[in-house]
Amino acid sequence: MAQPERTFMAAIGDEDSITGLLLAGIGHIDSHQKKNFLVVDAKTPLSTVEDAFQEFAKRKDIAIILINQHIAEEIRSLIDEHDQAFPTILEIPSKDHPYDPEKDSVLKRVRRLFGE
Amino acid sequence: MSGANNRLAVFPTRMTLSVMKQKLKGAQTGHSLLKRKSEALTKRFRDIVKKIDEAKRLMGKVMQVASFSLAEVTYITGDIGYQVQESVKNAQFRVRAKQENVSGVMLPVFESYQEGANANELTGLGRGGQQVQKCKDTYIKAVETLVELASLQTAFVILDEVIKLTNRRVNAIEHIIIPRYENTITHIISELDEQDREEFFRLKKVQGKKKEAAARDTLERESRQATEGTARKSEAQDAGTKSAESAESAESVESAAVAEPSLAEPGDLLGDEDEDVIY
Repeated sequence: MAQPERTFMAAIGDEDSITGLLLAGIGHIDSHQKKNFLVVDAKTPLSTVEDAFQEFAKRKDIAIILINQHIAEEIRSLIDEHDQAFPTILEIPSKDHPYDPEKDSVLKRVRRLFGE
Repeated sequence: MSGANNRLAVFPTRMTLSVMKQKLKGAQTGHSLLKRKSEALTKRFRDIVKKIDEAKRLMGKVMQVASFSLAEVTYITGDIGYQVQESVKNAQFRVRAKQENVSGVMLPVFESYQEGANANELTGLGRGGQQVQKCKDTYIKAVETLVELASLQTAFVILDEVIKLTNRRVNAIEHIIIPRYENTITHIISELDEQDREEFFRLKKVQGKKKEAAARDTLERESRQATEGTARKSEAQDAGTKSAESAESAESVESAAVAEPSLAEPGDLLGDEDEDVIY
């Protein structure tokens, strides 16, 4: 249960979100030159995002994955499939896309549980 | 009917009965404990859900403020995106998971901490350094909110799972295990009663046979005494020794009569039991 080795946060998002998060200091490049963040723009193919997400979800040193909600929307099936407690997936709003609680996987589950 | 078949395959004895009663008691205690656990967890779960809802809304606002401050930076310093991305080496902002115990369930609580040097110290050195610093602080606060939200969310996922598990156990005990023990107990009791009745019937039968034998015996003795009485008249001189002999022979006949039914019975009894007892 204790996850002492999970100390990093990963991020998938547009450039502005990532820049902000990196400013806060979450960015990390490990000894294999692997980044823990991915900048997604309009040209980034979906497969890259999916691969990055799956890699982050598999890594043992990541505690939280931050992902922009509009990107999460594109790989929704992958996120819904993820039922492990670690790493936690957190959908965050981006500059261009305000936060919509209706789309959040966790909030969806909350609503389903309470039958609303 | 599934209720009648749903029992443990045990041999109906008094010892098994007491063991079963103990097990039933244990199951009932476990059931009430688990039920209480599930209630405590559900209460906690609802709290967390409420907090998540609030935190998610708060996060929306916090991130908006943070984006705005980044926009300020971009306005003054120009695009710092590449610079920031290229200067990433080691994470300065890290999290560690602590544990919190909620009725035996370990829930992780993330805690953020700073480690190492600021990688973006020189960003915006030309102009807008202050804005960059401000933006950094805003984002650190925002990420702290996110970390809090993440721990709530993890707790949510884990609690959800544990509650499901506990409820499954509660239901299994309530609907399967307890009825099974109850059925087994009633089965054992009815079997024991059956055995009691058989035993009683057997004793009755033995007693009946004994009485029969005793009656036959007395009849025989009386008839023999009657014949002896006539003989005694003719042979009066041998009377003392004869009467002693007849007493001896009567005794031996009686003991044979007592032994006889118990010898004859077992065969009958076994025949009876085979029909009735169903194992």
